[in-house]
Amino acid sequence: MTAVNSKPTSLTLTDATWVRATLVGITVLTVGLFLVLPLATVLLEAFAKGWATYFDSLMQPDALAAMRLTLLVAAITVPLTTVFGVSAAWAIARFDFRGKNILLTFIDLPFSVSPVIAGLIYVLIFGAQGWLGPWLAQHDIKVIFAVPGIVLATLFVTFPFVARELIPLMQEIGHEEEEAALSLGASGWQTFFKVTLPNVKWGLLYGVLLCNARAMGEFGAVSVVSGHIRGLTNTLPLHIEVSYNEYDFVGAFASASLLAGLAVLTLLLKTFLEWKLKQDVKASRQAAIE
Amino acid sequence: MGINLHNISKQFGQFIALDAINLAIPEGELVALLGPSGCGKTTLLRIIAGLEHADQGEVFLKGENVTHQSIKNRQIGFVFQHYALFRHMTVFDNIAFGLRVKPKKLRPTPAQLREKVHSLLQLVQLDWLHDRFPDQLSGGQRQRIALARALAVEPSVLLLDEPFGALDASVRKDLRLWLRHLHHELNVTSIFVTHDQEEAMEVASQIVVLNHGKIEQKGTPSEIYDHPQTDFVSRFIGQTNVFSLQDNESNWLDATGITFEGAKGIVAHVRPHHIMVEKRDDAAHTDIFLKDWQHLGATIRLELNRQLPNGKASTIYAEMPSEKFRELALTKGDRVALHITHAHWFN
Repeated sequence: MTAVNSKPTSLTLTDATWVRATLVGITVLTVGLFLVLPLATVLLEAFAKGWATYFDSLMQPDALAAMRLTLLVAAITVPLTTVFGVSAAWAIARFDFRGKNILLTFIDLPFSVSPVIAGLIYVLIFGAQGWLGPWLAQHDIKVIFAVPGIVLATLFVTFPFVARELIPLMQEIGHEEEEAALSLGASGWQTFFKVTLPNVKWGLLYGVLLCNARAMGEFGAVSVVSGHIRGLTNTLPLHIEVSYNEYDFVGAFASASLLAGLAVLTLLLKTFLEWKLKQDVKASRQAAIE
Repeated sequence: MGINLHNISKQFGQFIALDAINLAIPEGELVALLGPSGCGKTTLLRIIAGLEHADQGEVFLKGENVTHQSIKNRQIGFVFQHYALFRHMTVFDNIAFGLRVKPKKLRPTPAQLREKVHSLLQLVQLDWLHDRFPDQLSGGQRQRIALARALAVEPSVLLLDEPFGALDASVRKDLRLWLRHLHHELNVTSIFVTHDQEEAMEVASQIVVLNHGKIEQKGTPSEIYDHPQTDFVSRFIGQTNVFSLQDNESNWLDATGITFEGAKGIVAHVRPHHIMVEKRDDAAHTDIFLKDWQHLGATIRLELNRQLPNGKASTIYAEMPSEKFRELALTKGDRVALHITHAHWFN
């Protein structure tokens, strides 16, 4: 090392080589053993009997129905969670009101409650023996063991994703640009679509992405309310379980490979959005400092 | 009348931000709302703008009662301390924003819009920056763009919240003069908020001094400086020496030739340049020493110590032209005699 390098030497560089080697080794081993290997197994098992079988098992009516249902559930829950998230974030970041902290705690509730319990809650409310069960039966409305129940359970678990992402971002960006827009004669909606939304768009997309991944991958809550009716109330994760339990390994792993692919895609997009988001936050911090 | 405020009050919890403010600002004035932080000046500005609502009282803009109108319909231009430029829009789009959100009937054609934006950019002398984004501009440039954006909608009133507060000292000086000239050119009724008395004196045609949610005094800069009506204004605007007759200061004050005639109170406020300093060698006449001095450009500020009976010393500030200071040839520790030519009296 020459004295020319004026950058302070970081702490990691001063650690002994064996410490570094050990730590890196442990990390690589863990990632390999618990992440890469299972992912590889999924693909290996899915293609164990060749491409043709792989596509055949994906084209089976039950598999297709599971895919359709998963997409449908995501198509309903993601927009709802987004609308809720944006309005909750707006309310919390912009207004001071009584019970704001309680509301924040409630928004976090789905993160701390086990998904199975989330599913059970809906069974207890809408199930045959539940509070609303008799009334629903009278009017011939099916919630539990039907699509509405699956949507409700998915909504419950994905509820906080968008709001949680937007609240800190909107608090950081502040209120002034919106006030400026209003002073220039913009209406509330114009201000929202031309100023607020463009400022938080990366954060919003990030929240939507995570929400979507969860909506498509949710197992626990959906499993409780779905009833596992093949071709009707099985989402992809449930379809995988059912196929596996029936020794249809190729079918199970083929469907699993779809979810794995979704996960990888999510991860890539997430990295990109995180990078964009960091730029936005940096810009607003800089603006605040100046 | 440009802006009329009737009996405006505002409370935040227990804190009284504004207490029954009455104010009339004639058309075309450039008014400074001046006061220490927490005096309610920004709140008053935001109430005029419609960004905040008064608990009671009424706001009139150009004779029209706008108390219950939203900011959108008040036709005001607002300039924020931290510029609040739209970060995802170019300079051009920022300035065009107010024109583009107009109702369809009133919206200018693209050609008219382009011409208007470029003429505003020329007004603020930044036409060459039209395709930049806000984070590529310096603070002074951003504030000028923010001003151009506010002017785009041809506001009947221009409101500026600490417009130079976030800028470097040298940029601030330039922008102050520039704003004054711009106001001469446009002649739109303007109010700016500041805590810097020098800035208020330099830029404004009228100054309103606020303290604890009340108006202390309103007047031209020279009225405020030469005839402060309250103790607070006298202390806040410019430098002042405070002598209280209660503290047995009348004896030595007598010797300075101060006139007690017309004294309305028992506290004398004396501006540093109203104290004449003479060199005295005889110890009998004076117990005032020159402690130190500072160069303030054309004037010198003298730091004088007056010996008190209890052995302590009180500091008096005097100012004189640097030429005169050279003539006197004073050095540290010299005994001096004072002659006070003018004082303001308060209770």
